[in-house]
Order: sequence, then C-alpha cells, then structure tokens
Amino acid sequence: MLAYALLLSAALFVIGTLGVIVRRNAIIIFLSIELQLNAVNLAFVALSRYTGIEGQLFVFFVMTVAAAEAAVGLAIIISIFRHYKTVNVDRFNLLKW
Amino acid sequence: MTEILFVLFAVVALGGAFGVVLSRTPVASLLFMVATLASVAGIYVLFEAHFLAAIQVLVYAGAIMVLFLFVIMLLNLGHDYRADLKYGLWSLLGLVVAGLTAGVLGQAFWGASDTGFRGDGAAVAAALDAAVREQGAAGVIAEPLFTDYVVAFELMGLLLLVAIVAAVVLAKPKT
Repeated sequence: MLAYALLLSAALFVIGTLGVIVRRNAIIIFLSIELQLNAVNLAFVALSRYTGIEGQLFVFFVMTVAAAEAAVGLAIIISIFRHYKTVNVDRFNLLKW
Repeated sequence: MTEILFVLFAVVALGGAFGVVLSRTPVASLLFMVATLASVAGIYVLFEAHFLAAIQVLVYAGAIMVLFLFVIMLLNLGHDYRADLKYGLWSLLGLVVAGLTAGVLGQAFWGASDTGFRGDGAAVAAALDAAVREQGAAGVIAEPLFTDYVVAFELMGLLLLVAIVAAVVLAKPKT
C-alpha cells in the first residue's frame, strides 16, 4: 500500500501545482498551496511506517508551519483587498516590468 | 478491507482536489478541500497514525479551513461567479509543469518503494505498533517531541507567536 499512497501523494501535489498556476483568485491559489503541503504530509505518514516515528513528527511540524502561514497569508490577502478591492492576482502588477 | 477503504479515500481525495482547482466559487473550492482533508485523515488512520488523523480533522479541516471561510465571507467573494481559470498559454504552461512534476515524483516514489523500503519495513511497523500499544497514540509522538526535538518544538511556539503578531499588524486597518 506504500507505493499507492506515495503515488496518491504525488497526484495531490501535482493537482495543487496546477491550481497554483491556472487560477487567478489569490485565495484559491493559497488553498492549492495547502493541498501541496497536505500531499507532502501524506508521503511523510506513509513513509513513517518504514522509517520510524520521525515521519509523523515532521507532519506535526509541517501542520504548525501551515497554520502560521495561513494566518499571515490571509492577513496579507485582506490587506491587499483593502487596497485594490479585488483578489485577482493579475491586478497586482506593481512589481512587473 | 483496508485496500477497499484506501481506494475509497483516495478517490474522494483526488476528486476533492480536482474540485478545489476547477470549481467556480471559492466557497465550493473550500468545501471540496475539506472533503480532501477528511479523506487524507482517513488514510492516516489506515497507516496507524491516529493522533495525526485527529489533528488533521481538528486543526486543518476545522480551524484553518474556517479561517479561509471567514476571509472569503469577510471580503464578500462568495458570489463572484466569473470563472477565473487562466486559458491559453497559462493552461499549457500549467499542464507542462504538472506533467514534469508528475514524472519526477512518480519515478522517484515508484523507484523508492520498489527498492528502498521493502527490507526492514515490517520490523519498523511492528515496533511502531508495539510503542502505540504501550504509550498510546499521542504518547508515541509526544515522547520524542519533548526530548530529541524539544528545540524545534519551542521554535514552533515562537513561530506561532510571530505569526499571530504579524497577522494582527497586517490585517489592522491604517488609522
């Protein structure tokens, strides 16, 4: 079952990557990044059956970092929305050449 | 039985992931994401990671997704029905990047599971199960967390404090 879990993890990661690239809504992009983090967590848990408890510990750490990242990222999105009145990433072009 | 449950959870997780990327409204994306997170928690249970499954449901599907829902409703994005998928060159680029990532990950994972982890897998799994029976599902994670990894644990607490302060400062309106 390990190989199938790893393949599922790879598939979830790829779908998350696709979401980051093809969506314009900043919140959906953020949700896709959470999907990628979750795919990595799945790989950690699956491998923890073969390498020891450290895999599950790292999932714990990843979840904490994801929670911190979600809080700060959503605060940034709120701050951007207050300025531009939209969360469409095509409008945030201040740093484009 | 385990295989049937795994296939069921995997199908729900993949369907939910596609729903996150493809659905038109942010709230629908969010609910698909909750379905994905819940079925990944189910897969955690199949891999005997009961504590992590509970944390996944409580923290991820509970707290973080509710935070996203709060922000969607606060910014009043719930009825922005215009699809915001990028077409043309961007979707082509997305498919190329996704294909390359899938190739690299699939090759690496398939090769690893074929060669690297078959040998002592059963012994490690048996030791883990024995530790869970002895210390409980939370204890088996807590014991290394508060001994070998205590510095990382304290740094995580510091990171959360920094994140709270940053979120409050960033989201506060300019006065």
